[in-house]
Amino acid sequence: MRFFEDIEIGSRRELGSFTFTAELIKQFAAQFDPQAFHLDEEAGRNSLFGGLAASGWHVGSVCMKMLVADGQRLTREAIARGEEVAIWGPSPGFRELRWIKPVLAGDTISFSSIVETKRTSDKRPEWGILQARNTGTNQRAELVYSFLATAFVPRRNAGS
Amino acid sequence: MTTLTFEDFKPGHFGTFGPRRVTREEILAYAREYDPQPMHLDEAAAAKSMLKGLSGSGWHLCSIMMRMMFDGFIGRTASMGSPGVNEMRWLSPLRPGDDLMLDIEIADARVSRSRPETGIVTFKGVVKNAAGVTLGEMVSPIIVRCRADAAAE
Repeated sequence: MRFFEDIEIGSRRELGSFTFTAELIKQFAAQFDPQAFHLDEEAGRNSLFGGLAASGWHVGSVCMKMLVADGQRLTREAIARGEEVAIWGPSPGFRELRWIKPVLAGDTISFSSIVETKRTSDKRPEWGILQARNTGTNQRAELVYSFLATAFVPRRNAGS
Repeated sequence: MTTLTFEDFKPGHFGTFGPRRVTREEILAYAREYDPQPMHLDEAAAAKSMLKGLSGSGWHLCSIMMRMMFDGFIGRTASMGSPGVNEMRWLSPLRPGDDLMLDIEIADARVSRSRPETGIVTFKGVVKNAAGVTLGEMVSPIIVRCRADAAAE
C-alpha cells in the first residue's frame, strides 16, 4: 500500500472485475439478506429489479474484496521495488452510498477508485485521512454502484 | 402474519432487535472472503493495529445489521429494496463474541412523488454491544409499498 504523501487527488485505480453468479447471489442473501428478490428468480422478475438481484451489501462486500486485493497488489509491487510498505488503518465510515442500478445474476461489475480529498489529522499526526469515490460499472458500461469512502492512511514521516 | 406497509412506519422509535451473537469463526470467515486485512484475520497483527485487537470488518457489521433488520421487521415488510445509504459510521470495533442489539428509529417517512404507490422510509440504525457501546450508526432509506386499497385487499 502507499503512504499518504504518495497519493494524488484525482488519481484513479482500476480494481478489477467480479461476476455475480446466481449461486453467489443466493449464497450471500441466504446468510445476510434473505429478501425474496435476492433468493428466487421468479420473485426477482416480479420485483422492481426485474430479475434475481444481488443484495446491495453483497455488492459492497465484493467492492471491499476488490479494494483489499488492489492494496495487496500495491504492497507486492512496493516490496519488489525494495520500498517500505504502508499499512493502512481502519475506516471511520462512508457516505453517499448509492445502489444506482440492480446487479442481476450474470452481471460482471468492474470496480474503480478515485481519490477525492486528503487531509492531515491534528489528533493523530501519524495518520492522514483520505476520501475516495469507489464505483462499480456493469458490462454495459452503466454505473451501478458508488460510495464515498474514508480511510486512515499512514504518513511517511509520521508527525513531522 | 400481517405485512407491514408504508403506513406502519411513523417518525420516532420503531423497535429494538437482537441480541445477535457474533462469533470469532464468522468474523474470520467473512474477512477471508471479503476483507482479508490483517486486522480482521490475524491476532498478532490486529494487536498492533489502531483497533488494538481482532475486529470484524465494517462491511461485515453492515451485513449483520441488514440481517438483524430482516429478522426484526424487513422480512415481514412490503420492502422493495433500498436506493443506498446516506451515511455509515464505524465508531467502535466489532469484537469476537459480541452480542449486538440494534435500535431502529424512523427519521422520515414520505410518499414517493415518482411512484405514489410506494413510500420512502428513512431509518437510523444504531448497533451496540452488550456493554452499550455504539459500534455503528447507519442512515438509509428503504422503499416500502403503500397499503393496497380495500377492494384490492
